[in-house]
Amino acid sequence: MGVEGIGARVTRKEDKRFLTGKGRYTDDMTVPGMKYACFVRSPYGHAKISNIDATAAKAMPGVIDVLDGKQLQADGIGNLICGWMIHSKDGTPMKMGAWHPLAVDTVRYVGDAVAIVVADSSGEARDAAEAVVIDYEQLPVVTEAVAALASGAPQIHPEAPGNLIFDWQIGEPEAVDKAIAAAAHVTEIEILNNRLSPNPMEPRATLGIYDAAEDHYTCYTTSQNPHVARLVMSAFYNVAPENKLRVIAPDVGGGFGSKIYIYPEEIICLWASKKTGVPVKWTSDRTEAFLTDAHGRDHVSKVKMAFDANNRITALKVDTIANLGAYMSLFSSAVPTYLYATLLSGQYAIPAIHANVRTVYTNTVPVDAYRGAGRPEATYLLERTMETAARELGVSPAELRRTNFIRTFPYQTPVIMNYDAGDYEASLNAAMQAADWNGFAARRTQSEAKGKKRGIGMSCYIEACGIAPSAAVGSLGAGVGLWESAEVRVNAVGTIEVLTGSHSHGQGHETTFAQLVAGRLGVPIESINIVHGDTDKVQMGMGTYGSRSGAVGMSAIVKALDKVEAKAKKIAAHLMEASEEDIVIENGELKVAGTDKSVPWFQVALASYTAHNLPSGMEPGLKETAFYDPSNFTFPAGCYIAEVEIDPDTGETDIVQFVAADDFGNIINPMIVEGQVHGGIAQGIGQALLENVQYDENGQLLTASYMDYAMPRADNLPSFKLSHQNTPCPSNPLGIKGCGEAGAIGSPPALINAITDAIGHNKLTMPATPMKVWQALQTAH
Amino acid sequence: MYATSYHRASSVEDAVKLKSANEEGKYLSGGMTLIATMKQRLAAPSDLIDLRHIPTLRGISVDGRKVTIGAATPHADVAASRELAAICPAICKLAGHIGDPHVRHMGTIGGSIANNDPAADYPAGLLGLGATIVTDRRSISADDFFTGLFETALDEGEMVTSVTFDAPEKAGYAKFNNPASRFAMTGVFVAKTAGGVRVAVTGAGSSGVFRHQGFEQMLASNWSPDALANVAVDASNLMSDMHANAEYRANLVKVMAKRAVASAG
Ligand SMILES: Cc1cc2nc3c(=O)[nH]c(=O)nc-3n(C[C@H](O)[C@H](O)[C@H](O)COP(=O)(O)OP(=O)(O)OC[C@H]3O[C@@H](n4cnc5c(N)ncnc54)[C@H](O)[C@@H]3O)c2cc1C
Repeated sequence: MGVEGIGARVTRKEDKRFLTGKGRYTDDMTVPGMKYACFVRSPYGHAKISNIDATAAKAMPGVIDVLDGKQLQADGIGNLICGWMIHSKDGTPMKMGAWHPLAVDTVRYVGDAVAIVVADSSGEARDAAEAVVIDYEQLPVVTEAVAALASGAPQIHPEAPGNLIFDWQIGEPEAVDKAIAAAAHVTEIEILNNRLSPNPMEPRATLGIYDAAEDHYTCYTTSQNPHVARLVMSAFYNVAPENKLRVIAPDVGGGFGSKIYIYPEEIICLWASKKTGVPVKWTSDRTEAFLTDAHGRDHVSKVKMAFDANNRITALKVDTIANLGAYMSLFSSAVPTYLYATLLSGQYAIPAIHANVRTVYTNTVPVDAYRGAGRPEATYLLERTMETAARELGVSPAELRRTNFIRTFPYQTPVIMNYDAGDYEASLNAAMQAADWNGFAARRTQSEAKGKKRGIGMSCYIEACGIAPSAAVGSLGAGVGLWESAEVRVNAVGTIEVLTGSHSHGQGHETTFAQLVAGRLGVPIESINIVHGDTDKVQMGMGTYGSRSGAVGMSAIVKALDKVEAKAKKIAAHLMEASEEDIVIENGELKVAGTDKSVPWFQVALASYTAHNLPSGMEPGLKETAFYDPSNFTFPAGCYIAEVEIDPDTGETDIVQFVAADDFGNIINPMIVEGQVHGGIAQGIGQALLENVQYDENGQLLTASYMDYAMPRADNLPSFKLSHQNTPCPSNPLGIKGCGEAGAIGSPPALINAITDAIGHNKLTMPATPMKVWQALQTAH
Repeated sequence: MYATSYHRASSVEDAVKLKSANEEGKYLSGGMTLIATMKQRLAAPSDLIDLRHIPTLRGISVDGRKVTIGAATPHADVAASRELAAICPAICKLAGHIGDPHVRHMGTIGGSIANNDPAADYPAGLLGLGATIVTDRRSISADDFFTGLFETALDEGEMVTSVTFDAPEKAGYAKFNNPASRFAMTGVFVAKTAGGVRVAVTGAGSSGVFRHQGFEQMLASNWSPDALANVAVDASNLMSDMHANAEYRANLVKVMAKRAVASAG
């Protein structure tokens, strides 16, 4: 423990370099002879490529080469894949269409890459890209999932008739239908989950370097999981065998999921570097990011929730259509299935659940995980349904939730998940108290006196983090295991390097991981370095997403530390001629318990490397590796309450109060956790009130810049009132659950429930823009 | 951005000469619109003639109630001018709500009105005040200056050098932000001038900034928000886009007009 250990508000070690502009991002990397790439992209939503003529472009100043998809294919570079196999309910495997890194004969969304230009400068590359003449034959376009399923819709991939990728289900349809038929009340609602663009501050970038002498590739990239990138590029895309490919993800300026996937650009720049003989760098601009970064959400669902006469939920039936865009991105199939429908029990004891999910191709950018990935969709659906049901049943929203809370653990839901610990009422009570729920009526009266409409809404979310037990996800179709690795390397002077397979792109691992080590050994936090993001330095690891780096990544460090400590104790016992069992590690010393005998930490480290006086038979050195495979997901949960005031003249929503009560289990660094929650809520508010990706009927992206895509800004946000409840997670050694996504998961339904409370009816979709709220108020009158 | 040649003009004459020598050239003021458009490769001027270093183009002068603002005066200077705030606070408020601090310290009044974005704020202010736009060769009344979407009465090569107006008896501006760009989704400037009441609407008209005669008549007889309660706003000439349809804009025109009157000082 102590001032730098677990639970301390240690300021972030990495912030000095970030705040002084000294971070080193992919675009900062420069190597001798490096040239610049520009991609020629499809201007059409759907078209056949009848001819590519690069003659003029190749003759332009500074141009080294122009390469296209036929050349890429001829060199044996593979297609992009989705790494999670889902089977339809009829047993057939998902119908994956080919995704060529560079389109070969057909383009399927605006922004689809068609050719790469490599030139001396990025300006020259862009000039030449405009001079590449491509003849397209336009094809009909469909951008919305429901329309893409309709008969006569444009066919996007020959492999997926009717654009249906899979028709999957989970749960028990008969039991659910029976319960609905027998119900005292059934709440029905249609839920739209709006499509979002992730917008990390740093756009994607990559630098591909081919070394002909060694026949070796180096890829700098904006990745959340460099080892997975290397694995996939080796095993599936035939870029190079793993020992000939080094992937480095240096400082990465945010990801929110969008930097998990391997995109065409990384593969193409590596290949182009070999083809042209020069290192090739590409950096996305913001419009390119809107056009090509994987989007999130985009679900349409129909929901039925059945209640008995005591307001207990007896069944839930969900029918969802999910838009996966023009190609199946790396984890796209898992998001609307195992990361979504498995959370549909929420915090409630629901005896029977059935969810049917159809995923669909459209002429839009691929859709994949975005902060929360499936859990925000489940939570929004469930918590709007609960609020609607409470209104229909004439009970308070809190009471309806209390009636249905799960109260004993472990709890097996009908949709795979086994909740290990929680106290949902504790968070509900804390949130209601912080929000002064009971004083709301008086506040509403005050607002009405000012001509404003006031509303309050809650959301009780649960999510699953710490993905995931490898065998379990393997049995569900995952192509990889989801363990994590760590190596703790004690230097001869006692300083420590921790090599982690997870990756920090804003989360603060350099601080929190160091806190763990500092607390365990009692050494100064400055003596600990966290190393990540380079496949040449760090052993195989699985990267960062799904709030897994604490629960899984730190658990691996704990295991490695256990081994290091055990060896250090043996050495100390030998040096002090004491028994190994009597050695304790405290304040940077190894002591013989109950005596004043001790050796400092550094001396044990030194002894391990001089090896002059080690227990007989002991190997020199002090360095241990561990792999940790979790035994379960972790289940952060909480209650969020939003209170809004609406200007009925304009429809503008002012968030007058926002309360978050979260149970993340044990907390490593409260300051970092608060930062994660603040950021998550800001993104949730963005989804609820502002953000919406829109395509026109020709597949043109209307929201391709900040002029039209509305991001949340500081003045859209209130001060958040946070609190933490704690039921430690029983399945990992630190008792932690994960906090990276909760804010984005729990906040949208709380806000929409508050707004619908204010306007007096339920017909409202996200984002609740001023116009939509104003229109909703007109229909209410 | 395509390659371009940069020139720093030393005087108005110098600038106009440079422009006429470079037919495909453009005046550059704050660059907040022009440079962004060039970066997106949507504009490709052969030459940029920078106006910001011409001393006579920058500054605000107040002579009794007569106000002159140099074309290259940034929005931040207008927002912060005490002299101006004393006689026409509405224009300071308008300038203070354009974009963000970076934009306000670079963007200029001349660039804004020459560009005449249908969602820009200054066009409403100048039309509402009945201002006069002074160019290198003539004076143009605001009523004649703003001719359509991104269209003005400026001839090829003609340069705005200043704008002038008489401080109104009262004026107010109310703006409803586009949630994404924060340009005006609807902005209404109202002014009680020596020549009568003027109401100018930006962000809403399908052919750019316009005066609302119905509002002007009602306010002329009764300068109060309530006077507008029963005046209909015709949605048929208003813009529809993904952020706001014409019907909603019609509502905003009225709500903002009332707020502008209520806040007028
Ligand atoms: C992020 C952002 C937010 C913004 N928000 C707002 C907003 O809320 N409200 C708003 O009104 N505006 C907004 N703007 C636009 C801003 O006000 C710009 O300042 C304005 O559009 C152009 O002024 P400028 O001085 O930058 O002109 P420039 O970009 O330099 O030039 C614009 C055009 O005018 C021409 N031009 C410039 N000066 C003259 C002259 N003296 N005579 C003739 N032609 C000339 C140029 O050739 C060019 O065609 C925003 C801009 C940005 C980047």
